[in-house]
Amino acid sequence: MIEITNVTKRYGTTAVVDDVTATIRKGGITSLIGPNGAGKSTLLGMMSRLLKTDAGTITVDGLDVTSTSGDVMARKLAILRQQNYFEARLTVEDLVTFGRFPYCKGRPTVEDKKHIDRAIEYLELSDLRYRFLHELSGGQQQRAFVSMVLAQDTDYLLLDEPLNNLDMRHSIAMMQQLRHIVNDLNKTVVIVLHDINFASWYSDEILAMRDGRIVYHAGPEVVITPKALMDLYDVEVTVETIQGKSVGVYYGAMNIATPRHHD
Amino acid sequence: MLRSASVPVESTKPFSLHPIARLLIIGLLALAVVTIFMTINSRGNWDFVLPFRGRKVLAIIVVGTAIAISTVIFQTITANRILTPSIMGFDALFMLVQTIAVFSMGGAALAQTDPKIRFVVNVLVMTVFSGALYWWLFIKANRPLHLLVLIGIIFGTLFRSFTNLLQRMIDPTDFAVLQDTSFASFNSVDRTLVGIGATIVGVILLMVALRNRILDAMLLGRATSISIGVDYQREVMIVLAMTTILVSVSTALVGPITFFGLLVAHLAYHTVGSSGHRYTIPAAALYSIIFLVGGQLILEHVFNFNSSLSIMVEFAGGLLFIILLLRGNA
Repeated sequence: MIEITNVTKRYGTTAVVDDVTATIRKGGITSLIGPNGAGKSTLLGMMSRLLKTDAGTITVDGLDVTSTSGDVMARKLAILRQQNYFEARLTVEDLVTFGRFPYCKGRPTVEDKKHIDRAIEYLELSDLRYRFLHELSGGQQQRAFVSMVLAQDTDYLLLDEPLNNLDMRHSIAMMQQLRHIVNDLNKTVVIVLHDINFASWYSDEILAMRDGRIVYHAGPEVVITPKALMDLYDVEVTVETIQGKSVGVYYGAMNIATPRHHD
Repeated sequence: MLRSASVPVESTKPFSLHPIARLLIIGLLALAVVTIFMTINSRGNWDFVLPFRGRKVLAIIVVGTAIAISTVIFQTITANRILTPSIMGFDALFMLVQTIAVFSMGGAALAQTDPKIRFVVNVLVMTVFSGALYWWLFIKANRPLHLLVLIGIIFGTLFRSFTNLLQRMIDPTDFAVLQDTSFASFNSVDRTLVGIGATIVGVILLMVALRNRILDAMLLGRATSISIGVDYQREVMIVLAMTTILVSVSTALVGPITFFGLLVAHLAYHTVGSSGHRYTIPAAALYSIIFLVGGQLILEHVFNFNSSLSIMVEFAGGLLFIILLLRGNA
């Protein structure tokens, strides 16, 4: 369980996240959605201790993310970001081995090697194991990174806009991998998404933000509705039920209300 | 998974010379260059030649190691393989300190000052300046590392301009004294200072060795290294402190010489076959020794001291680097 209590983050005088309180339950996929500048990524950044909070506390299973030591948190919660560019030449195996860093500090034991093998097999990377990351396609690299956080063996996995720059096929693959991880390995995934339909299709819960506050926190059937989406995005969305899921259609929306504020 | 129905085959590790074997080859090369340097044209005067040349080689090992370590770890924390610590204005600050000394005391006074005192003053000024800059920006104001680097570059330009201004105002003989200090030289290094330098560099080498796996993890960038449990802020501060001390010591020993850190670091990355710091740092240090001893050898025996070591090293190193790039080893 991730408990967010009265959390605020300011840049200058603007509160990007404004006195937010929420509880993210253990297990399942929780998506953070909302318009640009709503504070989704900032909130996720504070949960993943990449950003400091200006006020309030965030705990993960009772551990305060700001005061708990780095390697204890690293065994509880992993972070995956889309822009993972670096200059070092690493093989897939090297990268996945870094997932065991919180346990072995860079010197993997037999036990760590088992975790590494399992994580590589789970994402079907065995035949790419000794290839360098920069030789792989975007989709393969992404699988290598997911494999790394799996090897990290944390209960929680936080992802910031993982579908950015991914085509349809890779987006679906990513979301299905996350679904499998949640179902098979009983993990908790918190993910920032822009596409409301991916959020609707794959989430157990949606946390919808606007202007630094949480406006809705409920299942997709509640948040993916014309009224809620109008409240969030000021866009008139037609919502249809397809294969039992709520799907919003907004590509030709005519009645775009004047945005209430600009980012 | 959306993948074609290919049977996953466990691939075998492609053959590649192990990094330790590669290190050994580079090490043998360094040993060969040092041996030639120690024995060439000795004409049997071993009692004189060995200690005399040995002192130069020792100074080169100390300075070369300092530059190799500082460049590699600085590039690791900045996640950028084009930057070197010299971009933070270290060389420029060194020259400014010398220029101010000449400007205020005159060239003769500077030349007569005990080299030990000059060494201590140089190291102190450079360490205090960059320590203050790092502390102010990175800890107190909590600014991102790249802003720190940018401000370092601007300070470097400021120092250079100020140095130029002062150099235009002093008299020509004083200027000649200054000109001398602006080229790195191993020809007149004080024996005690080499000892002090060796101790400091040795201690830092040990510290780097103890945290080499943390440095490896930091290659993944800030977000990922925090995700896997690295105390990022603390580690960056430690690396910056070590870099400052290393660069200050090497510059104060022989003059501005950080120029070839970029070269040896990249040679190490390209040839040692691993990104692990336990391989790249020793490789870069060995390359430093090869280039500096080799350069000194050519300077002494081909050009009869009628050139400067930096010209030698940058010419040979630059050529080698271009060859490496063209061969597509990058």
